[in-house]
Amino acid sequence: MREILRVTGLEVELGKRRGLFRHKPGVRAVDGVDLVVHEGGILGIVGESGCGKTTLARTVLGLQCESEGKIEFSGHVVSGVPAHQARRMRRAIQYVHQDPGAALDPWWRLGTSLAEGLSIHGVTDRAEQKARIAEIMQAVGLDMAMTERYPHELSGGQQRRMGLARILLLRPKIVILDEPTAGLDLSVQASVLRLLYDLRDRFGLTYIFISHDLSVVRRVCDRIAVMYLGKIVEEGNAGDIFAAPRHPYTRALIAAAPHLDGVQTGPMLRGDPPSLRNVPSGCRFHPRCPVAQPRCTTEEPAFDSISEKQKVACNYWQDGISANQKPEGQAYATL
Amino acid sequence: MTSPLLSIQDLSVHIRGDAGVARILDGITLSVPPGVTMGVVGESGCGKSTLLRAVLGILPRNASIPHGKLEFKGKDLIQVNWSAARGRIGFVPQDPYLSLNPVFRAGDQIREIMRKHAQGTRKDHARTLIDLFRAVQLPDPVGALAKYPHQFSGGQRQRLLIAAALACAPDLLVADEPTTALDVTTQREILALMRNLVSDKGLSLLFVTHDFGVLAALCDRVTVLYAGRVVESGLTSDVLRHPQHPYTRLLLACHPDRAVNLLGIPGTVPAATQQPEGCRFHPRCPIARAACSKEVPPLTPLGSSHLVACPWYPDALPEQALA
Amino acid sequence: MMVLRVLLRDPVAALGLFIVLFAIFVAIFANWLAPYPNDAFESHLLQRLKPPSVAFPFGTDNLGRDIFSRVILGTRNALLVAVAVITAAMLIGVPIGLFAGWREGWLSEVLMRTTDVFLAVPQLILALALGQLLAPGIGAAMVALALTYWPFFARTVFAETRRLRGSLFVDALAGIGASPLRILFLHVLPNAAPAVLVRATIGMGFTILTAAILGFLGVGATPPSPDWGLAVSEARQHLPEAWWFPTFPGLAILVLVLGFNLLGDGLRDAADPKIRRSKR
Repeated sequence: MREILRVTGLEVELGKRRGLFRHKPGVRAVDGVDLVVHEGGILGIVGESGCGKTTLARTVLGLQCESEGKIEFSGHVVSGVPAHQARRMRRAIQYVHQDPGAALDPWWRLGTSLAEGLSIHGVTDRAEQKARIAEIMQAVGLDMAMTERYPHELSGGQQRRMGLARILLLRPKIVILDEPTAGLDLSVQASVLRLLYDLRDRFGLTYIFISHDLSVVRRVCDRIAVMYLGKIVEEGNAGDIFAAPRHPYTRALIAAAPHLDGVQTGPMLRGDPPSLRNVPSGCRFHPRCPVAQPRCTTEEPAFDSISEKQKVACNYWQDGISANQKPEGQAYATL
Repeated sequence: MTSPLLSIQDLSVHIRGDAGVARILDGITLSVPPGVTMGVVGESGCGKSTLLRAVLGILPRNASIPHGKLEFKGKDLIQVNWSAARGRIGFVPQDPYLSLNPVFRAGDQIREIMRKHAQGTRKDHARTLIDLFRAVQLPDPVGALAKYPHQFSGGQRQRLLIAAALACAPDLLVADEPTTALDVTTQREILALMRNLVSDKGLSLLFVTHDFGVLAALCDRVTVLYAGRVVESGLTSDVLRHPQHPYTRLLLACHPDRAVNLLGIPGTVPAATQQPEGCRFHPRCPIARAACSKEVPPLTPLGSSHLVACPWYPDALPEQALA
Repeated sequence: MMVLRVLLRDPVAALGLFIVLFAIFVAIFANWLAPYPNDAFESHLLQRLKPPSVAFPFGTDNLGRDIFSRVILGTRNALLVAVAVITAAMLIGVPIGLFAGWREGWLSEVLMRTTDVFLAVPQLILALALGQLLAPGIGAAMVALALTYWPFFARTVFAETRRLRGSLFVDALAGIGASPLRILFLHVLPNAAPAVLVRATIGMGFTILTAAILGFLGVGATPPSPDWGLAVSEARQHLPEAWWFPTFPGLAILVLVLGFNLLGDGLRDAADPKIRRSKR
């Protein structure tokens, strides 16, 4: 599969204030991230609040400027340019918000909001706008009559479909989905996920799927990247990682995710993640890590490739293997 | 067999609004024995929030209870003075960010509740609270009394709320999806904490949620609601492994852990003011028959405490519905 | 319109609306409604200070003019002054607030601090000072009022722009490639409009009252203008015998200002985008 997006050494600093008298340093929300996305794939980015996944998404999108690093889209370098230009170069990358209903102007009718996207991108002929909107509404399973409504008149599932429709009109190649199933009923969630699959096949899309719901990620994504405090700690095929996670944080996350069989074994992660202002020295996970050694407080782990497709950033990932060579479905022994 | 701590029989709640009378709850029967964790699960529109409010006595003013019984420790909660009973029912709310008053200290807020419902002097309360803070594993329990809510993290605030719920030594804890706003790892800690507290103190727990995974981790028993009616109830292991009601089966088939093909359930939940006649699920049910639109299916027992509200439950669902 | 229907559900706001509409009607048709329209400038000294009667429902003033007619005619003055002042204040304040709210940095800070400075100046003092510089009269009063009211608009628009700038749909618009100008004028401004409208309505009431005060103090309208505040001022020497003289103009001020305030409050409640509904 072709490579469609490549991110190298991305760093994003937020919140730097340079006032007249005070100078507040920023935080590195994204601190050295490398990522490769292949065409037609679904990459899941998982991590808890504060890990930087949303900032990463907004930077790839171009809404946020990167401080360092390179972003290549379909082989062309698109980073290193000011914000508005960045958005224009990356217009084939679009973003669906976590709360799609709130992402629409409440004073505008939905049809007008949909047409606006087309106008911005050069399609101003009314007839053509109408035709494209009709096509997309049918693709997302919404009735054309809904274009006469206002955002708050739609249900959660309908709002999500509308959010998808809006960006699909712009014929994107990559769609970044921010928590696409959050707040949805289980049955609605299933139909939205089905819709995402259908749209991918129909329009040749690639997804970057940000979610904290590991059950959904496990079911839907081909590859996943696990983020912690601004860095990726493990990356690889979803099946491999869920079957045999190497990084202690990944293990803790998977162990913590509620499963329908009720099995929640594995070490429990205590406490809250530290704030980005106080990043721990060495391996930034070491204060909460169940297998941390003295070396972890000083040495930041580099990426080790477990296989051609999988890599992990931990000083001691090999230690965990022998104790955990069990296939998925059985409980892991506690470390 | 000991009598149940919380007993709800054939309870109905109607809410009068602009669009007519919404029969939000219809004939709910549910009981929570002492020391048992009961999960109430359902999608939006199923009435679980209204059920919670009915138990807590905080139904809105335009709500009425046309019939049914709601008893706590044998005492009727519908006619009686709510406040007296409420002290023995602790409530853990959903949102740790919105449920605490930001301008009052944590200790003061909780002691205000204790003053109303628990005996003892201020010093006694403070001591009880510190013990509780220790029990919920809040770091620095003594210092926590004087802190303001914004000085705690989300997970810590949820622990505060649990401590507040336990402050008046309740017999029943009622929780409204208390972990939805939390990260997965924090959620796991809170759920383990609740499980331990409930068993240590011999409490009963009524836990409302929409997340089956959380349900599986925490609750011994489960009641599944659809459009204001109980469709299935029983031991969690029975209902999750061998669901009988078509709705439960279809719903569980939507769960990413089970779904082979993601299909959803055709149709939508009916509006509360326009409930279908007979079985409320029949318009969307793949095995519905003529009788389903006429008669309300009763809850029939299937052996050990597993109840189903569908006369046709042994029928297999068609292939394409479940895939 | 939807706003109207929600507004009318609130009896207090409906009353405000009725008062304002009635005042507008009176102002437009003043010349036909007033029984003695020429009393705007004519005097009839033989009939001075007559109490209310059938011929003169509100009595006559110190120059024999029918107070009822002068109150009606004064409505036009009051509304015109208010509209002019508020329009001028909006033309100054809204762009400043919009610009300062959208951008960040030292320029926006400077603008908002300037706004604060103007807010700190009491209107009456400014009007009196301007009265010395320019010819005292209604013109100077209007300039003073506009110069002291624009900061309210700037503040309101600044707050709305800042709030909307951080909102999700503005973010989404930037995401689909909308230019900042498009977002500002097609999305932020319409969403800020309700707040501006509310501020303008209350400002009308405020301006009428303050203009009346200025007229009372002698630095606003000049005789023989049928200005309400001026009438109250002229009536001072004739109290307490000619009680009707200041009472009716005073009541007119009270009722109209109240009407605008009630309307403004009602608009604030009604102007929520969620009330917009499509036709079913």
